[in-house]
Amino acid sequence: MIYLDNSATTIPDPSVVESYQKASEKFFANPSSVHQLGGATEKLLQTAKQQAASFLQVDANEIIFTSGGTEGNNIAIKGIALEHQNRGKHIITTAVEHPSVDEACQSLETLGFEVTVLPVDEKGLVDVRDVKEAIREDTILVSIMHVNNELGTIQPIEKIGKLLSNYPKLYFHVDAVQSLGKVPLDIQKAQIDLCSFSGHKIHGLKGTGILFVRKQVSLFPLFHGGGQENGLRSGTENVAGGVSMVRALRLIKEKQQNQTNHLQAMHDYLWNELESIEGVQINSPHNGAPHILNLSVPGIKPEVIIHMLGEKEIYISTKSACSSKEKDESKVLAACGLPREITISGLRISLSYNNTQEEMERFVASLKEAIHQFKEVLR
Amino acid sequence: MQYDHILIRYGEMALKGKNIRSFIQALQENLQVKLKDFPNAKVKRTQGRMFVLLNGHEPEPIIEICKKVFGIHSLSLALKVENDVEQIKEAALEALKKADARTFKVAAKRVDKNFPHGSLEMNQIVGSHLLVNTEGYTVDVHEPDVEIKVEIREEATYITSENISGAGGLPVGTAGKSLLLLSGGIDSPVAGYLAMKRGVQLEAIHFHSPPYTSERARQKVLDLTKKLVGYGKSIKVHIVPFTKLQQEIFREMPDSYAMTIMRRMMFRIAEAVCEQENILSLTTGENLGQVASQTMESMHAINEVTNYPVIRPLIAMDKAEVVDISKEIDTYEISILPYEDCCTIFVPKSPKTRPRRDKINALEARHDFGPSIEEAIAGIETIHITAKSEDTEFEDLL
Ligand SMILES: Cc1ncc(COP(=O)(O)O)c(C=O)c1O
Repeated sequence: MIYLDNSATTIPDPSVVESYQKASEKFFANPSSVHQLGGATEKLLQTAKQQAASFLQVDANEIIFTSGGTEGNNIAIKGIALEHQNRGKHIITTAVEHPSVDEACQSLETLGFEVTVLPVDEKGLVDVRDVKEAIREDTILVSIMHVNNELGTIQPIEKIGKLLSNYPKLYFHVDAVQSLGKVPLDIQKAQIDLCSFSGHKIHGLKGTGILFVRKQVSLFPLFHGGGQENGLRSGTENVAGGVSMVRALRLIKEKQQNQTNHLQAMHDYLWNELESIEGVQINSPHNGAPHILNLSVPGIKPEVIIHMLGEKEIYISTKSACSSKEKDESKVLAACGLPREITISGLRISLSYNNTQEEMERFVASLKEAIHQFKEVLR
Repeated sequence: MQYDHILIRYGEMALKGKNIRSFIQALQENLQVKLKDFPNAKVKRTQGRMFVLLNGHEPEPIIEICKKVFGIHSLSLALKVENDVEQIKEAALEALKKADARTFKVAAKRVDKNFPHGSLEMNQIVGSHLLVNTEGYTVDVHEPDVEIKVEIREEATYITSENISGAGGLPVGTAGKSLLLLSGGIDSPVAGYLAMKRGVQLEAIHFHSPPYTSERARQKVLDLTKKLVGYGKSIKVHIVPFTKLQQEIFREMPDSYAMTIMRRMMFRIAEAVCEQENILSLTTGENLGQVASQTMESMHAINEVTNYPVIRPLIAMDKAEVVDISKEIDTYEISILPYEDCCTIFVPKSPKTRPRRDKINALEARHDFGPSIEEAIAGIETIHITAKSEDTEFEDLL
């Protein structure tokens, strides 16, 4: 099997699964229980947060364990909007966000909020000047993703953060689900207030994630109850989930340290090879994230290519997995202003540090063969 | 061009006369230890100046660390160039572009008299270079958004822009050692922090009464200590097994005096630790009139058992001020965790707010606490808290 759909989800690392199992069995107590077992579990949870915090260069009490990117995005966006609506009801986001940001913002429109959706260029890039222009007296939130899940475009988060720091009344949320462990992001330097991460994109487990919430930032919680997670997410903590998330984070950070070149080399190889295939158009920016490459083969339905490759146990995807069931075109590619023949034929290859150069070669050969076969049949 | 070092200014220390050498050396050592996660960063001194050479590290995280080191009055990111007009002009331009400013002022200072241009002339040369090569900036000599300092010294020229405030105070360790009575509440960590700010190296003592007080309460004290370590060096925490003595006090002594006597016992044990560890004073979070046990009479009664100096940095502060500091130093959230500590488990119904020494001495004479005090001292567990004391307890999981 050659698995090249790592932006949809990754294969869980066995040691992450093991850590989840062990923590579930041994530290089953409720961290809020007063007895010794509760104390030990709470200490584990706290230690996990401290370690997550040190990887992300933030403070331990700024770490909220969530069920993933979608939840983090929803807590952040709706939480800020509901908490601070008396200061203003204007939100800024972009045309290329993940649906969990997009739809969360849209849902707020029904509650009387106004949302400005920033345009992007043909590579999916937001212009900092557009951000500046969109800011109004009543803007309370700017939500912009770091790395785009379909194209791999890296938004200028640090520049935007610097700009936004001139507007102390608004909050800055970043969906960093795709960049974690792949593209460096300095939460402090970029002056981010809220930042979402997901476990299953970094060889962790589904249902695990982290939301960073800067200390002074207050949110309206989506779940009320026992006041766990600083009152932002009530419900008995998923200690084993959090623990496994931190293990996954540790592993991906190690890889980011030591194997970034490997990822970039595979990306460069693919780029060069794919670019030279006739009929293939690369949609990703050249300087994008090292693990995502989006291309179109106009005239061939992407599903067809996916199934032809799937026969050989090579797995890639169309658009983002989450929107694959929608008909037709990619919203992201459309936002880039690309013609319809491109937007309906997008294919995404997404890599992991665990992929190999040999796999890249086999994939390229198989893709060429598939395109060739298809054209033969058509002729 | 990149910022390549951070200029460290030590305000108050420069006034310290004969001791200045040891103060500066202490600051240099403290700073270097704090930067051990940045292997290439080096702390250097030349002629009344201290620098952190970045050697390729990003400046921001290092600045964050410097801001927590006592003895530093202010710091600035600096570019170092040769004593060459062209290089100086370029570097000044770079510094201006990085600063978030509209108006600026150039302040050149020629220390190296061999340099061909005087200070005023350099102001002109650099100022006009900046105006010509930028858009939208103006000179404001009175209240500029940013002052570009150009210091031409023998060995090199340093260009700095913003001034970042440091933590002030004196380098930890230069004022000797004190033993902090650390309870886990809001006050004592703040008292420890303020003592450290005056150069004190702390050790801490905590009274633990299992099973009345829990593992969590003990951990809380270690976590608080870890926060304090962030402002200085590693700290030894002496955990005193207090259960037996405490039970004895509350059994043998009248309810209304038990609290005061308990505190006297704590001071006695603390003094014994001081003797063992060569520590010359105690530090407490006591604050006049804050609670019933902290009246003048109560302090008078408690203080009788030791002639060691007792440093009480919070003595004249309002509670709100203490809370503010505890939030600033990040101990507040830990302090308010609701675990019982040894001072909250046995709370007498009506403690004496005006205890008298003669009365207490008479009471204490009725029972021999000696053996239990000895036992408590003998059972002390000492834990070293360092910046790195990571929990390895969960290594197989995390
Ligand atoms: C950019 C981005 N944000 C958010 C998500 C949602 O994350 P999760 O699946 O953990 O809810 C995804 C994953 O599909 C994503 O790619």
